[in-house]
Amino acid sequence: MGNRAVLEVDKVSRSFGGVVAVWEVSFHLQEGELLGIIGPNGSGKTTLVNLLTGFVKPDSGKVIYLGKNITGKMPYKIAELGIARTFQMAKPFYKLPAFKNLIIPLYSPRVKKLRGGRYGKRDDVAIDLLEEVGFERDSFVPYKMASNLPHGYVKRLELARCLSLRPDLIILDELFSGMSMSEVASTLPIIERLNGEGLSIIMIEHRLRELFRLATRVMVLNFGRKIADGPPDEVMESDAVKAAYLGTEHDE
Amino acid sequence: MTIRYRKERLDRGIKVRTEDIFALSSYKEILYLVLPRALPVLFLLIFPLLKGLVGLYWEKVLIITCITALLALSWDLLASVGLISLGQALFFGAGAYLTGYLNHSFGWPPLVTIPLGTLGGALFCTLFLLPVLRIRGVYFAIVTLTLPLLLVRVIEATKILGGTEGLSGLSRLSENIWVELYIPVLALFLCLFGFRRLINMDYGLVLQGIRDNDLAVMSGAINIHKFKAQAVFIAALAGAFPGAFMTHYYQFVGMPAFALDFSILPLTCAVLGGVGNFAGPLLGAFILVPLSEILRAFGTLRVVFYSAILIVCVVGLPEGIFHYLERKYHQFERLVKVA
Repeated sequence: MGNRAVLEVDKVSRSFGGVVAVWEVSFHLQEGELLGIIGPNGSGKTTLVNLLTGFVKPDSGKVIYLGKNITGKMPYKIAELGIARTFQMAKPFYKLPAFKNLIIPLYSPRVKKLRGGRYGKRDDVAIDLLEEVGFERDSFVPYKMASNLPHGYVKRLELARCLSLRPDLIILDELFSGMSMSEVASTLPIIERLNGEGLSIIMIEHRLRELFRLATRVMVLNFGRKIADGPPDEVMESDAVKAAYLGTEHDE
Repeated sequence: MTIRYRKERLDRGIKVRTEDIFALSSYKEILYLVLPRALPVLFLLIFPLLKGLVGLYWEKVLIITCITALLALSWDLLASVGLISLGQALFFGAGAYLTGYLNHSFGWPPLVTIPLGTLGGALFCTLFLLPVLRIRGVYFAIVTLTLPLLLVRVIEATKILGGTEGLSGLSRLSENIWVELYIPVLALFLCLFGFRRLINMDYGLVLQGIRDNDLAVMSGAINIHKFKAQAVFIAALAGAFPGAFMTHYYQFVGMPAFALDFSILPLTCAVLGGVGNFAGPLLGAFILVPLSEILRAFGTLRVVFYSAILIVCVVGLPEGIFHYLERKYHQFERLVKVA
């Protein structure tokens, strides 16, 4: 693990009409770190991801990725630089078989460049990637239409779509939501391994028990503001976080 | 107690085995696969040879049908990138006018002007549509609908390119009737098989991805606007060629090249035949254009019958005639008793 900062976020803000979705959030991410972002519903977690990946432009603030200012760049340019993300509402390319879903990112200039133009058929690479996220290679699952996949596989297909870019940073937006216990149990080691291999990861998650097993640091958002940042147990002890999740006591 | 029945559908023959890998083990199976593909191809190749039998009139109908089918294919390619176009006339008119202009001003022969007109027309259309590629759905449709109408008024008002008179007295495509008959047929084959190949290549998967979920494609580090522009260029080639051809076929190009018919008819063919695999729009064109000729016998009532048939088809077979036939071809249906 290096000490290089992968991501430096400096006071980004964004409001939609009169609603402040994200307000002056700053944080940084070291190389190989796994940062969890939690917060109640509507606290601006997904907007923050959209700000980092270019799907939403910030009103103010800066996002520095590996020393490069990527604020307000187009999403495909940011992905090209090595930030891959999953979507909370996983919508695969339903009309294609699962493994063909990965052909699309594999067709990108980034992958072409990284593989130096000399690689086997994209189909084979796609099957390898699916195996990496727990699709049984010799079964028919990788060849199933994406529309017929069980939800857990759809989520892991999203993860594979990220990995196909050979990213330096992946941002997982509620990867575990809607997964069964056993699906989560089989996905956890995959993320653990990726992080162990030095991949920097940001995870947005509502399933705190699973997140705390993985994350070395957790950041808490509430009403678009950052209210805590630190090791998981420390953060959960903080009064601000307790208040955000459980509400404040009503004074008589 | 009443006995009730339920319709059961069973896949037929080799379709049962897997979705895309199968071994052929008999003549019957080979024919089962090849015939539906080979018969239309053979029909198109042989039909011009029957000139003596069916008469020149129906041969000319074949040419118009091929032209319409090419525009319908062009529409379907745009649709498979998620761009719903109402302006195939833009492609047709651009190809037609550029070809006519090159022939009229420089006296170049059709052999030069048609390729140049197709390429140049497609390039012009792509550049023209570039600013609107970012908008989606109905908005894109509205813009494409207006563009040809706009260009017609520009030509009318500024009197360029012959103004309302158009450019006439252009060179004839060829004195040889076979050339005139076979060029559209071969262009149609090239387009149909080319497009079907293209959309199933890795490149085509990206195009389909843009239709299904453009955000996911973007997060895959792919510049969707570049791909959309390329798709528009390819579709514009397929749309500009018919224009270029018709200019020399009629030895005239005028404002009708941008007519609304060229926008609406391809769309109708695609919807009637079935969107999404290029064979559908082709079938649609081969039903609608000859049908409209047959209905000429009814005089003024022609449009009434034409519209009635169209409505019945679209309401009855919303998936498209091609997809309906395909399903029937691959499946048995039988009634099963329900307890």
